[in-house]
Amino acid sequence: MSKKSYRQAINEALAQEMRRDPTVIVMGEDNVGGMGAPGEDDAWGGVLGVTKGLMPEFGRDRVLDTPITESAFIGAAVGAAATGLRPVAELMFVDFLGVCFDQIFNQAAKFRYMFGGKAVTPVVIRTMYGAGFRAASQHSQCLYPIFTHIPGLKVVVPSSAYEAKGLLIQSIRDNDPVIFLEHKVLYDEIEEVPDEPYTIPFGEANLTREGDHVTIVALGRMVGFANKAADMLEKEGITCTVVDPRTTSPLDEDTIIEAVEDTGRLVVVDEASPRCGMAADISALVAQSAFKALKAPILMVTPPHTPVPFAPELEDAYIPTPDKIADAVRRVMA
Amino acid sequence: MRANTLIQAYERMALIRAYENTVVSLAGQHRLPGTCTSIGQEASAVGVVSALSSDDLILTNHRSAGHLLARGADPARMLAEVMGKSGGYCGGKSGSLHISSKELGVVLTSTIVGGELSLVTGVALARTMLGQAGVVACFFGDGAACQGRFHESLNLAAVWKLPILYVCENNQWQAFVHRQETMLADGVVGHAAGHGIGGSRVDGMDVEAVREAAEHAISRIRETGAPHLLEVMTYRLRGHFEPDDQAYVDPAELARWRARDPLVLLRRRLIESGMADEADLDRIDVEVGVRLDRAVGVADASPYPERRELTSDVYA
Repeated sequence: MSKKSYRQAINEALAQEMRRDPTVIVMGEDNVGGMGAPGEDDAWGGVLGVTKGLMPEFGRDRVLDTPITESAFIGAAVGAAATGLRPVAELMFVDFLGVCFDQIFNQAAKFRYMFGGKAVTPVVIRTMYGAGFRAASQHSQCLYPIFTHIPGLKVVVPSSAYEAKGLLIQSIRDNDPVIFLEHKVLYDEIEEVPDEPYTIPFGEANLTREGDHVTIVALGRMVGFANKAADMLEKEGITCTVVDPRTTSPLDEDTIIEAVEDTGRLVVVDEASPRCGMAADISALVAQSAFKALKAPILMVTPPHTPVPFAPELEDAYIPTPDKIADAVRRVMA
Repeated sequence: MRANTLIQAYERMALIRAYENTVVSLAGQHRLPGTCTSIGQEASAVGVVSALSSDDLILTNHRSAGHLLARGADPARMLAEVMGKSGGYCGGKSGSLHISSKELGVVLTSTIVGGELSLVTGVALARTMLGQAGVVACFFGDGAACQGRFHESLNLAAVWKLPILYVCENNQWQAFVHRQETMLADGVVGHAAGHGIGGSRVDGMDVEAVREAAEHAISRIRETGAPHLLEVMTYRLRGHFEPDDQAYVDPAELARWRARDPLVLLRRRLIESGMADEADLDRIDVEVGVRLDRAVGVADASPYPERRELTSDVYA
């Protein structure tokens, strides 16, 4: 056990799985960086340094820099997964989904079903998401609801360094296509992370705390914000259960429903756009399955239904915050 | 080509034609949904596929019956699939549009035009990394060749030096739009040079020529490890799918290509060269017909999938 950042935890998971299984390869834009140039090899190791050190250890055959052609290399990763490799492809920003969605939702997600159960497609697509990086509308979105909508995909939203390592190792060993979403603002967050490899199963939510009054379901970066809100509320005598679903597909419906049955109140926090998102989905689940337990209307804390703005003042207003979450909790308690 | 090879090619092409005609007729009787037939493209399928080795792999598209049958697919299992029966190659969950079969080496099939082009680089990369010999053939049309991912795929395959035989079956039609409306060049082979890879073009109605061109391309791929683009000039003699009355087709153009029907050309060559006589070929036609009749019977007898298949195999 030692203190590691979210970035280091992901890097360690990749390296440990590459050591364990020679069919694991890494590919994407700038995963090495500097290749083909006279300067330093491995100069970047991914645009935010997550894959740094992999090429020197595993060589260019297993750590591939690609052209800026997501359609080509995400497709290549999917094709390679269907025929014997376990590729971990990096879609640098999830916003780039727009140029390679076909390879993900029409190809990878469908193979097993439409080929009559005879295909396995163990591909992992790692991708950065989320606002707060001053990166404006085309580099800041939270698009995991789009993946979650597609049967055949598994969707992972790790909320911390410990979660990221265990969930990524699980993703690489999983036999289905997995979308692994890394919040770019979390990369430098540090916590205790085991040095040895470990897995966290999909579809098993994590209760980061248990309380009596309100259940807060939060995803990704919002889990930390929900816990901050819960800390503030505790001083006011309101105690919260915070549920981190960890994976939006599969979704641990039972844990969410049981938590709401215990507290009778639900606030869902999601950094994604509100329409057809996880907040709406989880709210509908609870309304359908735990309506009788509810003592107050469900509240959703999400950004407004707008693109992510650039201006830092506006971006800060866009993102849900611990204060906004605490306000929602106070309202369901009122 | 030797006589027996050419007669085998005729048998296979006659099987494909008979299969497609059976599908057309069953669709007309509403016994299965309409499909995209490969009538007119039999020489392309048989010429290329017969040039491959058994350990080579194939990726194909929505117009795939010829490629599958050329590879030895069982027409009864194909018909069962198209009828949505559990005895089909994909248990009735694919239909005609994306039948794939690992045992035949037809590993991935995409109905999304051009999908196979983005997947094939990964299939070839996996082969190379796993130390498996062999070439990966990828069939696509002139429509897919208008896409960006055609170029992305060729570029990546060239840069990574992947053993891919790109086979563009230029059948002159992109759904209901003529190829002349969508590209200024008369074909796509010219793009090979732009990507620094080998390219060649062949008369797709002449199975002997297709086979020779494919053999030549494959031997170059095996020697160099680098990809090659083979453009097969052919014609979609029926509509985009069934039913389609082809009212948009210039009758003179259709007549010109019909006169070069690959089965008619091959029949003539076999007879003129003395490799076979009329009666030999008629016998093959009859045998193929009997085989198809039997296949329809087998497919008809296959049960529909059980209800639990609705939710099975979404995940591994």
